[in-house]
Amino acid sequence: MKPSFFSRITVWGAIAVLLITLGAASAIARFTLGLGATTNLTDQFPWGLWIGFDFLGIGLAAAGFTIVAAVHLFHATDYEPIVRPAILTAFIGYLLVVLVLVIDLGRPDHFWHPLVMWNPHSVMFEITWCVILYTTVLSLEFAPIVLEKFHLHAPIKWIHTFSLPFMIVGVLLSTLHQSSFGSLYLIVPNRLHPLWYSPLLPVLFFISCIASGVSMVILETLILSRNRPTLLSPALRANLAKITAVALAVYLVVRFQDMAGRGVLGELGHLTYHSTAFYFEIVIGFLAPFILLMFPKVRNTRQGLYTATVMVLTGFAANRMNTAITGMEVWPTRTYFPSLLEVLIMLGIAAVGFTAFSLISSYLPIFATEEAMEAESGRTPDEPWSRLPEPEPEG
Amino acid sequence: MAEKKALLLDVTLCIGCNSCQAGCKTENHLDAQEEKYLSLTAYTALSEYNGKFVRRLCQHCEVPTCVSVCPVGALEKTAAGPVTYDGEKCIGCRYCLQACPFRVPRYEWKSTRPRIQKCNFCVSRQSKGLQTACAEACPTGATKFGDRDALLLEAQKRIAAEPGKYVNRIYGQEDVGGTSMLYISPLPFEQLGFDVKLGDTPMPLLTHNAMEKIPSVVSVGAVMLAGVWWITNRRHEVQVHEAGQNAGPAAKNQELK
Repeated sequence: MKPSFFSRITVWGAIAVLLITLGAASAIARFTLGLGATTNLTDQFPWGLWIGFDFLGIGLAAAGFTIVAAVHLFHATDYEPIVRPAILTAFIGYLLVVLVLVIDLGRPDHFWHPLVMWNPHSVMFEITWCVILYTTVLSLEFAPIVLEKFHLHAPIKWIHTFSLPFMIVGVLLSTLHQSSFGSLYLIVPNRLHPLWYSPLLPVLFFISCIASGVSMVILETLILSRNRPTLLSPALRANLAKITAVALAVYLVVRFQDMAGRGVLGELGHLTYHSTAFYFEIVIGFLAPFILLMFPKVRNTRQGLYTATVMVLTGFAANRMNTAITGMEVWPTRTYFPSLLEVLIMLGIAAVGFTAFSLISSYLPIFATEEAMEAESGRTPDEPWSRLPEPEPEG
Repeated sequence: MAEKKALLLDVTLCIGCNSCQAGCKTENHLDAQEEKYLSLTAYTALSEYNGKFVRRLCQHCEVPTCVSVCPVGALEKTAAGPVTYDGEKCIGCRYCLQACPFRVPRYEWKSTRPRIQKCNFCVSRQSKGLQTACAEACPTGATKFGDRDALLLEAQKRIAAEPGKYVNRIYGQEDVGGTSMLYISPLPFEQLGFDVKLGDTPMPLLTHNAMEKIPSVVSVGAVMLAGVWWITNRRHEVQVHEAGQNAGPAAKNQELK
């Protein structure tokens, strides 16, 4: 096992500690002074940066359900080595989003109310339940990794008995609330700019989360495989890139067809505050990476994939922030810019996420050894389909 | 069921004396200072447009957006008309502020135990059979309390009697599915700061159209995913079996697992 992330002070480690400290201090300020004193949120702009960050976190956590579905439901077993990193990503993502939501709530002490006080008509109610249930499913998908570390095989077996329904439920819950984040805005046609408002918001949110989730997986394997050449072969990574490209293409078609149908393409004729934001998100995050990923040279090189996936994730982030913030602004009369404390809390929580991933993956068997994987899946190395990808001498 | 109550707000009769706000503040024990905008201490306020005064307050919609978005049911539509709020239930998600088509709720941003504040249509006075404090305070009859159906008829009558004085529209009759605040005006409503593009569809229906698909997504999705698993798993088993036949008894044991 390699030395852990913090066994020596790295630049990234120092930055993480700094951001987490600042974030924690800001969070204390937020709880003692209230939202008004610490954020730029107002009656006219009651949702801001944190909601956008929630969308972003949940979108990246789509890595979890897409890969679990691919491997365990569609039996794309070649991708087995990345299931655990993907589940860890999703698990951390969801826990952090819950944390942000609790910080964002005016009454964090009432966070449990939706469990007992029901309003099934509310999208927020549905999201709360989906997030709670899916985080539970994720903890069950994650539990075997912890149990394995401590050699507790009996409960692992017990969990495996129920794993198929759990995984199906997990995929369904993800589908529901990934799209529901879009549904949150269905009720504000009078406020959300027509470049973003659409009756198809839930559909668009779902398609784009697949592009971002798979991009996140590709990016992770690119970063992680520097030290673990067996993680995923370049060929399989290129296949994931193709899936991303398909998701991007479907998204572009649905988005532009919808815009044409609603007659808002004219909005793109002039460069305004909103159309500039739209061009940024659609070109950087969808159009350009889609074109890039058409080239085998991009799909098959680390450099190319780095570029394309970072673009997808940037554009995805821009899309969610535009929906949550830019699209709700009326330029220049009603605008919002987050306060320093809002930004610090967001950065602190992001730093918690990266640190947690780094620490957990160095202490728990996230990157299963070849033997452990065979023992778990009950296969022998001479079966052709279970062969791990060839180690690639790269990076 | 009690008759649905409403207020008829006749812009032509309002002289901008602010008695409605003063009466409201007294009734709700709010800071008595005159205010021009809705706030935590002003559940109603007068906006002036070219010498005309328009009362702003919670519209107490027939199908309220805030009630539909509240995840915990802290906001409720009562049969008699008022949309009430229970701060003990509220989790502070502020979806009501985000979604209200009239931008009415105000939030206690400065508090560490914040609630929303808005007009409650004098729900406690109404339960005693009294009219609202603002209607009682109004010296000119610009704010009139009564049964919604009766007030609609009266509004139509006033418009019909003096078509030159009023524009032919009752704001709130159908807007966002109808509200408890019925406005009649001498000027087109867009000139008085009203959002005339909200449409007659209650906002909650927009969400409902998406939410009603959830059961189908769940049932079809579950069957589809289970089916895909079944097919691909079968393919997997066949592969194991064939590999077992090629590789001999050692691998065959694996197949039995």
